Amino acid sequence: MEEMQLLDAVERYLNNEMPADEKAFFEQLRKTNPEVDQLVVEHSMFLQQMDRFSDWKQYKATLHDVHSELLETGSIQEKAPRATVVQLWKKYQRVVAVAASIAGITALTISAIAYYFAPKPASEIQLLSRELANIKRTQTITDKKINALTGQASTRFIPPADPKSGGTGFLIDGKGYLVTSAHIVANADSVYIQNTKGDYFKVSTLYVNKQTDIAVLKIVDNRYQPIKNLPYALQKNLADLGEDVFTMGFPRTSTEIVYNKGYLSAKTGYNGDTTTYQLAISANPGNSGGPIFNHSGEVIGILSGKQTTAEGVVFSSRTRNIFTALHEIRKDSTNEDRIKLLLPSSIKGLDRIQQIKKIEDCMFMVIRY
Amino acid sequence: MRPDFGLLLINLGINNTVYVKTDPREIALLEGLAKDDRQAIETIYKQHYNMVQTLIINNNGSADDARDVFQEAMIVLYEKARSGTFELNCLLKTYIYSVCRRLWLKRLQQQQKFVSDIENVSETVPVEDELEAHGQRNTEFQMMEKAMQHIGEPCRSLLEAFYIQKRNMLDIAGHFGYTNADNAKNQKYKCLMRLKKLFFAAYKNNTP
Repeated sequence: MEEMQLLDAVERYLNNEMPADEKAFFEQLRKTNPEVDQLVVEHSMFLQQMDRFSDWKQYKATLHDVHSELLETGSIQEKAPRATVVQLWKKYQRVVAVAASIAGITALTISAIAYYFAPKPASEIQLLSRELANIKRTQTITDKKINALTGQASTRFIPPADPKSGGTGFLIDGKGYLVTSAHIVANADSVYIQNTKGDYFKVSTLYVNKQTDIAVLKIVDNRYQPIKNLPYALQKNLADLGEDVFTMGFPRTSTEIVYNKGYLSAKTGYNGDTTTYQLAISANPGNSGGPIFNHSGEVIGILSGKQTTAEGVVFSSRTRNIFTALHEIRKDSTNEDRIKLLLPSSIKGLDRIQQIKKIEDCMFMVIRY
Repeated sequence: MRPDFGLLLINLGINNTVYVKTDPREIALLEGLAKDDRQAIETIYKQHYNMVQTLIINNNGSADDARDVFQEAMIVLYEKARSGTFELNCLLKTYIYSVCRRLWLKRLQQQQKFVSDIENVSETVPVEDELEAHGQRNTEFQMMEKAMQHIGEPCRSLLEAFYIQKRNMLDIAGHFGYTNADNAKNQKYKCLMRLKKLFFAAYKNNTP
C-alpha cells in the first residue's frame, strides 16, 4: 500500500501535478532517501519510454492509413516485381546478340562449304541409272534361280503360320491313325501334324469325345509313309498306384521333343473321376495329348491337364477310353476305317534311352488352326 | 602516365560529401512530422514513395517490402524531427534514398540473400550512425510491445487507456466497471508493476 502511494506521488511529481509545499517536501525526501531518488529516476525513464512507445504506435498507424489512402486515390501505385526473364534478358542482351551472330556466321559458312564440296547433281543421276541397270540384271538372274528351285521343291508343304494352339499326338496304327486330346482339336478349322523331322501332314478328325478328352485323327496326306510296326502297345488292364511312368511331348514351339517322368499318384482323377488317373509328373501347355507310358512301354493314358490350384498334380485320360473310342468308330457302319490294334509292346525290357528312340518316330506335334 | 595534380584534386572533391543547405520547404515538412501533422506525412509519401519502391523492386524485393522499408525510413525521419534536428545537410530525397538503401541491404543480408551491392542510381549520404540509434530504439519499442502483450487483459487495456490514451482515472473506472477511481488505481498499480518487471528484465538483456 505504501509503495503504491509512493509511486503515485512519483507520477504526480513527474507530471508536475504536485502543490508547491508537497513538491518541496518530496524533493527533500528525494535528497535524503536514495531509494526514493532511484525510484524517481527509474520511473521517469519508464514513463518516457511509454510516451515514446505510444507516439511510435500512433505514428505507425498514421503511416498505414496514409499508405492505404494514397493507394486508393492513386497517388502511389504498387508495382509488381519485375519478372526474372526480363531481368535476365536485360543482363544478357549483349551475350545473346554475340551468340546469335556467331551462330548465323557458322550456319552460313557451313552451307557455303556444303554447297562447294557437294557432288554435282547431273553426275549423280547417271550413277544411279547405271546402278539401276545392274540391279535389273541381278534381279532376272535371281528370278531364274528361284523358278528352278520352286520346280524342284514343290512337294514340300508348309501350312500358314500363326496356329491357334498345339499339343501332342501319337500313332495307334501305323497306317496313319493318331490319338490326341479332344481339347486340342476341338473347334478347329483345320488340323496339321508335324513330326520331329519338321514335315507337315494334314489330318482329319475322326472322333472327338470331350468327356474323356480323347480324339482320333487320321492322316489324309499322301506324302505320309506308313509305319509297319509300332514299338509300343496299349495297356489293357488298370495301372497300379506308384507305377513309374514317363511321357513325351512338344511343349516348345519348335519340334524339339521333351521327355518327362513321374509316377502314378492316384488311381482316380479330379474329384474321384474314374475315367482318369492322377499323376505326379511335370507337364506344360503343349504336353496335352501326349502318351503316358509305363516302364514296359505300354500306353496307360493320354495326358489331358493339370490342377492349377495344386502343384505337380496332372491328370491323364485312361487308355480304356481309346478302346471305347475305337469301338464306337467301328460301330459306325459308314466308316471304312479299320484301325488295327497294336501288338504287344516290342520295347519291353529295353533301357529308357532305347525306348525313347523307338517311340520318337511315332510322336507328332498337333497344330490347330 | 601519371595523372596530374589537378585531376586528383577534382576526384577528391567528388568523393567528399557535398553539404547542401536544406530547402526551407523541406524543413517545414520535418517540423510538420514532429507535430504529428498528417499533411506532412502525405506530402513526403507522394513525393518519394515511388522512388523507393523502384529501388526495392529492382533489387529482389516486393511491393510489401517497399512499404515496410519506406515506413521505417519515415520513422527514422520522424525520430530525427522529434529530436529537434531539421537540418538534413542534403536533399530530403537523397536522405530517404540513403536510409532505404541501407535498410534494404541489411534486410537482404538477414535473409541470407547475399548481394554484393545495390547499384547506386542516385547519390547517397552516410546514415549509419542514425540507423544504429534507430535500431536501438526499435529494439526498445519491441520490448515494450512484447511486455504489453505478456501482461494480458484487462491490464493491457487499462494501462493503454491511462498511459497511451491519457484518459483520467474516473473515466477509466467507469469504462472498465470499477466501483470507484481508487479501485481502478489499485488495479492499475498492480498491472504497472508487472509491466515494469517484464520490461526491465528485457531491457537488462537488451533483447525484446
